[in-house]
Amino acid sequence: MHWLTDPLQNDFMVRALVGSALIGLLCSVVGVYVVLRNLSFIGDGLAHASFAGIVIAFLMKANIYAGGLVFAILTALGIGAVSRRSAVSLDTSVGVLFTAAFALGVLLLSQVHGYVIDLQDLLFGNVLGIDRADLALIAALGLAVLATIFLFYKELLFSSFDPLMAQATGLPTNFLYYLMFVVLAVTIVVSLQAAGIVLVAALLVTPAAAAYQLTNRFGWMMAVSAMIGVGSAVVGLYISYYLNAASGSTIVLVATACFFLALALSPKRRSLLGAFLEFRRTAARVRP
Amino acid sequence: MSEEHGHGHTHVTAAAIGSPPDHSHVVAPAVPHFHRHDEHDRAALQVLPPEEQPAPDGGATPALRVNGICAGYYGRDVLDEVSFAVRPGEFVGVIGPNGSGKTTLLKVIAGLLPTQCGSIEIFGAPATPRQRRQIGYVPQIELVNWSFPVTVYDVVLMGRYGRLGMFRRPTRDDERAVHSALEEVGMLGRTRSQIGELSGGQQQRAFIARALVQEPRVLLLDEPIAGVDAASQHAIFTLLEARQQHGMTIVATTHDLSCVATWFDRVLCLNHRVIAYGTPRQVLNDEVLSATYGSHVLVIPEAAAAP
Repeated sequence: MHWLTDPLQNDFMVRALVGSALIGLLCSVVGVYVVLRNLSFIGDGLAHASFAGIVIAFLMKANIYAGGLVFAILTALGIGAVSRRSAVSLDTSVGVLFTAAFALGVLLLSQVHGYVIDLQDLLFGNVLGIDRADLALIAALGLAVLATIFLFYKELLFSSFDPLMAQATGLPTNFLYYLMFVVLAVTIVVSLQAAGIVLVAALLVTPAAAAYQLTNRFGWMMAVSAMIGVGSAVVGLYISYYLNAASGSTIVLVATACFFLALALSPKRRSLLGAFLEFRRTAARVRP
Repeated sequence: MSEEHGHGHTHVTAAAIGSPPDHSHVVAPAVPHFHRHDEHDRAALQVLPPEEQPAPDGGATPALRVNGICAGYYGRDVLDEVSFAVRPGEFVGVIGPNGSGKTTLLKVIAGLLPTQCGSIEIFGAPATPRQRRQIGYVPQIELVNWSFPVTVYDVVLMGRYGRLGMFRRPTRDDERAVHSALEEVGMLGRTRSQIGELSGGQQQRAFIARALVQEPRVLLLDEPIAGVDAASQHAIFTLLEARQQHGMTIVATTHDLSCVATWFDRVLCLNHRVIAYGTPRQVLNDEVLSATYGSHVLVIPEAAAAP
């Protein structure tokens, strides 16, 4: 069992373990809504948009994650408003607004001579760099998000399943719509430390997508997703320790392995093998 | 505008003076869309014989009164000064071609879309969110993601969320309401099924149960028999009719003209504006139907049109 306990001799590893487990839990719970409401592109976009906020905060010598958070929330609300109040589709407004925010970040960063922010950490995450203050921030914001989801559980469920009917029965669907975006923005910025801008969408989507293969009940999907999320965070962190690899990548790859396992074991969908065989049959038919 | 108005007025005068004792001969004009601006025109537009016209004052308060509403998406008008009234306990069908505003009309009544003009009254009171609690709405089933991980029971219970209020968990009362609604629509056997496992008719019945647990006095159904087999269609209409016997007011849109004569008390023919409004016997004729559905005339033999 030494291989399990040895890494924990280092304080930074304990912090990394607690931090990534919390982030894994948070992302996988919020990810259930992301998967069921087809928001994965938005998750990816919000992560990129927060980059501009991080650079601005850095230039203003403020806390970079606070900057990222403010920017992500503002962009999330902006995107919601644009797609709700005009004929622009959600996908299109994400494509326009979030890449614009990322471009702004790149522009501002290019004005800084000598990259003082570790760009690599921002893009791919560095869970080993989590200090005490970061951990407190992750715990506080994570708890706030989980409490919000607990409090609005039935409202978020109804408005995710059938927003029109939720509105007809008198639920405040506008409020819930924007609440979802704020929850998503907070989750993403909190998770940047573990996975970085590029990989954070995988933490959101993959555990929930795996859980979706295994259950037909919403509550169960959330529970299974949380288990996969926390499990891949812990396992991924150990792998990164022993391989001396970037933690974000190992966590994401473990979650991806869980996804394919779930796909193969899924009782409700065609098995992976079946899908592969059908693909070959279709391909054979289409080929001239 | 003035020319249209004049034309409309002439017609009404003629109808009023020349109206024979047998009022069933009063039919909608072939090109009726210029009748919309004054009371006389509205009288002609509604195909009803005068004695069946709801009295302007006195008489029973309509369950639903729609007064000249306009509505649309992104500046495109879908409903153009639509007016009609539904008496308590009446079963009204709304027919019209695709894109004629049937769904928009129901959404506007349910408060899901804003109106640009006009007003709506529910049991004589302006349609505030509170007043709209008396309305149950059953949306088209294809608008929902049926692979969503919820059971039939979960979906029907959602109908109680509005009255439950924020932060409250469902109580025994809610569970009882869900149980009896599922029993009423004949879905007790599928309570624990994931909704994607259901047939179209069962999905529809689950949605109706979800509206029924709200204990509405008025039920709005959008295409309740679209994509539903004949047996299920009959089951759905039978359960709606049973509700109607107990005083529920029902408005349903449909594409299927074959069910119009059998089930509806009155039919609203809609094509952005009200083309005609009357009993199936009054509206199921070439004149009204071709005005409703446009130039391609829908030929329905006289015998088939009579209920």
